[in-house]
Amino acid sequence: MRGLEARGVGLRGRFDASDLTLAAGSLTALVGPNGAGKTSLLHALAGIGRPQGEVTIDGLDLRNIPPRVRPRLLGYVPASRELAWPLRVHALITLTAPEASSITVSALLDAMALTDLTERRVDTLSTGERSRVLIARALLPGPAVLLLDEPFANLDPLWQLLLAERLGEDARGGMTILFSTHDLDLAARLADRILVIDRGCLAADAPPAEIVESGIIARVFGVERDAIAGWRRALPG
Amino acid sequence: MKRAAIGSAAALLALLAGLSLLLPGGDLVAIARANPDLAATILIELRLPRTMLALLYGAVLGASGAAVQALFGNPLASPDITGTSGGAALGAVVTAYLFGIATPIGFAAGGIAGAGAALGLLPLLAGARAETATLLLAGVAISALAGAATALALALAPSPFAFYDAFDWLMGSLVDRSLPQAGIAGAGAVAALVMLGAQTSALDRLALGEEVAQSLGDDLRRTRIAVVTATAIGVGACVSVCGAIGFIGLVAPVIARRMTGHHPGRAMLPAALIGAALLLAADLLVRLAPLGRTLPVGVITALVGAPVFVWLIVKSRWQAAL
Repeated sequence: MRGLEARGVGLRGRFDASDLTLAAGSLTALVGPNGAGKTSLLHALAGIGRPQGEVTIDGLDLRNIPPRVRPRLLGYVPASRELAWPLRVHALITLTAPEASSITVSALLDAMALTDLTERRVDTLSTGERSRVLIARALLPGPAVLLLDEPFANLDPLWQLLLAERLGEDARGGMTILFSTHDLDLAARLADRILVIDRGCLAADAPPAEIVESGIIARVFGVERDAIAGWRRALPG
Repeated sequence: MKRAAIGSAAALLALLAGLSLLLPGGDLVAIARANPDLAATILIELRLPRTMLALLYGAVLGASGAAVQALFGNPLASPDITGTSGGAALGAVVTAYLFGIATPIGFAAGGIAGAGAALGLLPLLAGARAETATLLLAGVAISALAGAATALALALAPSPFAFYDAFDWLMGSLVDRSLPQAGIAGAGAVAALVMLGAQTSALDRLALGEEVAQSLGDDLRRTRIAVVTATAIGVGACVSVCGAIGFIGLVAPVIARRMTGHHPGRAMLPAALIGAALLLAADLLVRLAPLGRTLPVGVITALVGAPVFVWLIVKSRWQAAL
């Protein structure tokens, strides 16, 4: 288990080619101002939009992995919760894991509180419910790496808490997780590492405590240090 | 249950094909008793090409309609509404009347080129993943342009009878096509169906959104090119032989997606079966209706299809209002 290794990965004009390693079982938060390139970095890592560079997961070059096998290596949860076709929840979740046993599926549906919605069409769900469906879709094949774009947006406070718990558990179970967020408190509390993105570059990459001390957040977001000092209190201990 | 539905669609299709071969225009069995050669000629030279064309043209319209809809993430995209059929007609008319290449192969090549050009123009006008209104407007613009250019090409044609000649064909008709003509349309149709079939799972994954599909390793540009090429070949070849037949490419996928739980890619096979059944049924209606004259089959498909189109528009308006 070697996690995710990216060499020279970028998106032309959006994110400068960078090297990045996410250790297996690590939980990393991606923060940065609007338009800084959080989604672009996630896209580049997931192979979306013809990125440059090379991404390996557990030593396997992602480009050589056929779509049938890929869901077990990489899960991607997009920021957009829009879905073009009104599939039923169960059909959508199992689309990339048709071989998943019904026990695995119902355990996951249960964990994401989707059991009562299994037969609902996704166009009849709320945005928050659709978020949970998209996250469950990515989780079902049990991917080695999970990339999530703003997974906490649209979730109510209880579900933010439950999802944070779930991601923590999955990371402890060996899943490599990277999520973008604007919630600095949550990033500091949940992640064991924070990537700060600014103007299409990697501006900082360190554990939460170091990021807080360095003052880089205030610099990147262009605010007084005191204005976001509150989030220090979110640090555990 | 889905398999049963597909099975019954296939059985219905076989029944319709059988009826189309044997039923209309007098009792073929009686003719066969009196004059076996005549019966064989009727069967092979008249009924067989007509049935084959209805079957394959309908299948291509259904499957390519489902594929184009999956690609645009929009249930209102289809070869006729997006102007593809109009482009194919223009291509065939220009080839035949302006360039004077009247061989079936030249005609088909013109149709394929025209369909490809119209389909290639669509994302340029409407964007790769268009809102319904933009997509429809782009389709209207392409259809209008193709229609006007077709009329112009016919007016400029050296033959003074071009308009008259082309009228029956432009309205969409399966009557009096030869076996070689049916062969050309059929070859295009089969090639298109095979190419589209290869995209089934890639189009299914588009139901998860373009980002997730790409994260699964799908090259969207390649999928788009494959669908556009297949649709151009299938629709282009069929239009060059039978003219533009409307609404089947719109209606068949709508029914098919209901049968397959709205999976956009998996809907292609049932959409092909339903499209074939619809066109066969429409053609049977044309042949059996006691009107004393022959209607172009395109008139029947439009009479049935237009209300479905209106219903889809009203439904999408209603959903947008929520």
